[in-house]
Amino acid sequence: MRRVNPDERAKIAFWLNGRRVSGEAEPRMLLTDFLRHVLGATGTHVGCEHGICGSCTVLIDGVAQRGCLTLAAQAEERAVTTVESLAGADGALNALQTAFQKHHALQCGFCTPGILMSFTDYFARNPNASEADIRAVLGGHLCRCTGYAGIVEALVEASRSGNPAA
Amino acid sequence: MSQVLGKPLLRKEDPVLLSGRGRYADDLPVPNGTVHAHIIRSPHAHATILRIDASAALAEAGVWAVVTGEDVRRISDPFLIALKPQINQWSLAVERVRYFGEPVALVVADTRYLAEDAAELVQIDYEPLPAVVDLEAARSPSAPLLHPEARTNEISVRRFSYGDPKGAFEGADARVALTLDYPRNSFTPIECYVVVAEYRPHEKSYDVLANFQGPFSTHAVMARALRVPGTKLRLRIPPDSGGSFGIKLSIFPYIVLAALAARITGRPVKWVEDRAEHLAAASSGPNRITEIEAAVRKDGRILALRLDQIEDYGAFLRAPMPGPLYRMHGAVTGAYDIANVEVTNRVVLTNKMPASLIRGFGGPQLYMALERLVQRIAIELHLDPLEVIKRNVIAREKFPYKAAAGALYDSGDYLRAVELAVGNGRLEDLKRRRDVARAAGRPYGIGFAAIVEPGMSNMGYLSTLLTAEARDKPGPKNGAISMATLNIDPLGAVSLTADVTVQGQGHATVLSQIVAEQLGLKVGDITVILELDTLKDEWSIAAGTYSCRFSPGAAVAAHLAAVRMRDKLAEIAAKQLNILPDDVEFADGMIGSRNNPDNALPFGRVAGTAHWSPVMLPEGMPPGLRETAVWSPPGLEPPSSEDRVNTSLTYGFVFDMCGVEIDPLTFEARVDRYVSMHDAGRLLNPLIAMGQMRGSFAQGIAAALYEEFVYDENGAFLSGTFADYLVPTVGEIPPVEILHMETPSPFTPLGAKGIAEGNCMSVPACIANAIADALGVKDVRLPATPRRLHALMAAAEPKRPPPTSRGGR
Ligand code: FES
Ligand code: FES
Repeated sequence: MRRVNPDERAKIAFWLNGRRVSGEAEPRMLLTDFLRHVLGATGTHVGCEHGICGSCTVLIDGVAQRGCLTLAAQAEERAVTTVESLAGADGALNALQTAFQKHHALQCGFCTPGILMSFTDYFARNPNASEADIRAVLGGHLCRCTGYAGIVEALVEASRSGNPAA
Repeated sequence: MSQVLGKPLLRKEDPVLLSGRGRYADDLPVPNGTVHAHIIRSPHAHATILRIDASAALAEAGVWAVVTGEDVRRISDPFLIALKPQINQWSLAVERVRYFGEPVALVVADTRYLAEDAAELVQIDYEPLPAVVDLEAARSPSAPLLHPEARTNEISVRRFSYGDPKGAFEGADARVALTLDYPRNSFTPIECYVVVAEYRPHEKSYDVLANFQGPFSTHAVMARALRVPGTKLRLRIPPDSGGSFGIKLSIFPYIVLAALAARITGRPVKWVEDRAEHLAAASSGPNRITEIEAAVRKDGRILALRLDQIEDYGAFLRAPMPGPLYRMHGAVTGAYDIANVEVTNRVVLTNKMPASLIRGFGGPQLYMALERLVQRIAIELHLDPLEVIKRNVIAREKFPYKAAAGALYDSGDYLRAVELAVGNGRLEDLKRRRDVARAAGRPYGIGFAAIVEPGMSNMGYLSTLLTAEARDKPGPKNGAISMATLNIDPLGAVSLTADVTVQGQGHATVLSQIVAEQLGLKVGDITVILELDTLKDEWSIAAGTYSCRFSPGAAVAAHLAAVRMRDKLAEIAAKQLNILPDDVEFADGMIGSRNNPDNALPFGRVAGTAHWSPVMLPEGMPPGLRETAVWSPPGLEPPSSEDRVNTSLTYGFVFDMCGVEIDPLTFEARVDRYVSMHDAGRLLNPLIAMGQMRGSFAQGIAAALYEEFVYDENGAFLSGTFADYLVPTVGEIPPVEILHMETPSPFTPLGAKGIAEGNCMSVPACIANAIADALGVKDVRLPATPRRLHALMAAAEPKRPPPTSRGGR
C-alpha cells in the first residue's frame, strides 16, 4: 500500500460511473468532497457529514456506502457509482427514477440521490423485496420534505416492476 | 373549462433532480480565486470575550484573514429589528457571546480544510457569565441580563382586548384554564446554508449567491447592515434548494458576514454551513408558555378567551421577529366564533440560539393552547370534546367572517368538514379501536384539533407589536405584493419568472400549469425560471416562499400576467384573422376563431408579430411581449387604531382526528390511526398539494413526538447531532388519511389558499389531546417522548382511564 504524509497531496484514481477519473487530494479528504469539488460530480449530496442522513450514499464496488464516512483514498482503484449514472445516455429515467416521479417521492430532491443509490444496491441483491424490507432499508435515510409516503410507494412499485434498477 | 390547471400533473422539476443534475448552491461554480471560510463559535452560553489572538493562525500559509467582532463592528451596522430597545446584533459576537454556537470569528483560507486547521490556532479567552435558559427565570428581575442596555429580558409586553372579555368572564357559567409549554424545534432542511460573496471595491458593491428563502424585506436589513443602498447588494438565489421550511431566512446574518469577509480579504468568499453548526445555531422555532383561560357556558359554548403568551426568542431578536406571536394575531380565536378576547404577548430573551421563521410560524404554539383548552372544557363540563368543537366553530353563513382580533376569514364550511371527517365510520372505528385497547389494559386516547391555516401574510402584521401611536410615526405598513413576469420570445417560446424562491414544492410545475391554461399551450411549452436576482428580477418586500404565499400570492400574479398576455395576443390575432377579440380561442398551440376553427394561426406566428412586424399590430399597441403583473390584494389593511389586524389574505381549515396508543412497556406513543381533513380552497395541482400535506404532517409528528432542542441549565446545547436531535425516519411516520373539500377563496382570482403549513399546526395539538385522553392527564409536554410519558403514567390520576379488564401482561 502507498504511504502518503498527512499534509501531502497525492493522486487518487478510480472508476466513476465506468470512466477512469483522477484528482489530487490530501489523505484526509472525504470521498464526498472529492467527488463534488475535485471531480465536479455534484449529484452526490452532503446533509450531515456524520453518517446519519444518508444523502451522500454512493456505491463502491456495487455496495452502498456513506460517502461522508469514506475517505477519497479508500476509493482508490475501485468502482464508484453515483446518481449521475442512473439515467440513460439520452437522459431517459430508469424504472426507479420513473417511479419516484410518478409517486411524487421527492420535493427538494436533496435526499433523493442517496436513496436512489441505496436501493440500486438493495434491489440488485433483493429483486423481490417486501414493503417491510423496503421500509427497513429506507430507515437509513432522512427526508425532511415528503414524509416518506411517496418514497415508499415508489420503491414498492419499482420493486414489483422486476427490474427496478434498469 | 380547465385544461391543465387543477390536474395532478407530474412535476417537471423531477427528471433533473432524479438524475443528479440539480443546481444547488454548493454545486454551482465559484469565481476564480474564491477562498473558503470557517466559523469559530462560542463554547459558552454566556461569556465576555476577553481577547482574540489570531497571530498564530495568520502566520499559516494559505490563511487570508481572521475576522472578528471588532472588524465587523467597524465596517457594518447592527441588524435592524422591529423593536425600540436596541438589541444590537452584528454578524459576529461583539464583546460578549450570548448562546452556545454563536459566531465569534471567521477564518478565511485557501480551502475549508485549511481554514478549519487555522481555527484551532486562534486563541480566544472568555470569562463566563451566568446564563439564563429557563423562560420564566429570564423574566425575574434578578435574572442575568442578556442585553444590559435593554434593562430587562422581557423586552416587549403588549395587551390587547377585543369585545368585552371582562364582562363575559364575569357572566360565564364556568372558567377553564390551562398552562402549556411548547418546545423548541426546527425542521432542519437536509441542505445547510451556503453563501458565496464577492465585493467590488470600485463600485462599493456586494454580489452574493445564497440559498436564502425570503422574505425579501430582509434584503433591506442586510443592505443597511452593510451600509449600502439596496442596489449595491446584489443577491442571487440558486435554481435549486435542498429544502427550507422557513429556516433559510436565518442565513441572512451569514450573508452579511461573508460579504464583509470578501471586502476584508479582497477575494470571493464561500462558506458552507455544516450540520453541527446548523443544529446549534442556525434557527429554531420559539418555545412558548401560554396561560389560557376560557369563559364558558355550561353547554360548552366559549364566550371569551384570555391568553398570556410568553415567547422565548433566544439571545437576539432577529427580523422579522417576534413574528410567531403576531402572524396569527388576527386569527387568535382559531376556528371558533368567539367575540371577546384578551391577549397579552410577551417577548423574552434567553441564552439560546435566536428563534426565527419556521413552517407553521406561531400556529403550532397557538393551537396547542387553544385545542388543548377545548379538550379541557369538555372534560371539566362533562361534554364530548367533538361536541364542544361543533358548538363553537364558525357557522357557514357567517363567512366572510370578521374575527374578534381582526382577521377576515374568506370562506369555509367548518361544520361540514368536521362531519365529513368523522363520517363514513371513521370516528366509530377509532372508538372501537380505543375500546379494544383499553379493555386489554393498554392506554389509548382519541384527539381532535380544528385549526385555521392562514395564507399570505399581511406585511403589516408585525407592526401590531407597536402601540397605535408608535405605528403612526414611521407610517403604516400593510399589504402583500406578489409579482410575476411573462415573456414570449420572437419564436413564440414562453418563459416566466416570479418572486418566489425554490425550496422543492414544485412551483415551476404549477406556474407552468397556470400559464399553459391561459395560452392554450402544453405545460412543457412553458419555461419557468425561479433563480431570483435582486438586481434584474421583479420583487418587493413580500417576495420569497414562506407563510403559504405561493397559492394566494405568486400564483395569482402569474395568472394575471398570463391573462394580460392572452388579451394582448387575442387582439393581435383578431386583427390578423379578421375576427373580434371576443371570438379568439387559444387551444393546442393555435390561436383562432371560436366559431370557425379553420381560421387559425399557430401561437408562435401570432406572438412573433409583436417582435418582427410591429406595423401589423393593432393601432397603439406597444411591440414586444413582456407582461409584469403585480398582485396586491385589497383587504390587507394596516392594524386599526384598536389594534385589529387582518393578518393574512386567505384562511384555510384543517380538522384532524387521531387515535394514539401508549405502549405500557416501552412508553412509546404509537399513532394508531390519523385522519386529516383539509379545505384549502381550490387545488392548483392535487399531487403537489398532497405532497405538501404529507410533508407537513410528518413535521407535525416530529414536533409532537421526537424533535426538541435541549439545553442544560447552564445553556450547554445537548442536541448537536442527528443522533441527539431525532428527525423521524420512515418507521416513525404513521400513515395519514388525508381528505379534502373545496370552498374556494373569494378573495383571490384562483380561489386557492395555502396548504403547506396546516398539519404542522394541527398535529402537535391533536396528538397531545389524544395522549391527554389516553392517560387522563391535564399537562402533556411535547415532544411526548417515552421518558415524558413514563413520568406522566407514574403520576397519572388513578381514576382514569378505567380499564374494565387487565390484559395478559
Ligand atoms: S452526509 Fe453522509 S450520512 Fe449525512
Ligand atoms: S425531498 Fe427534500 S429532503 Fe427529501
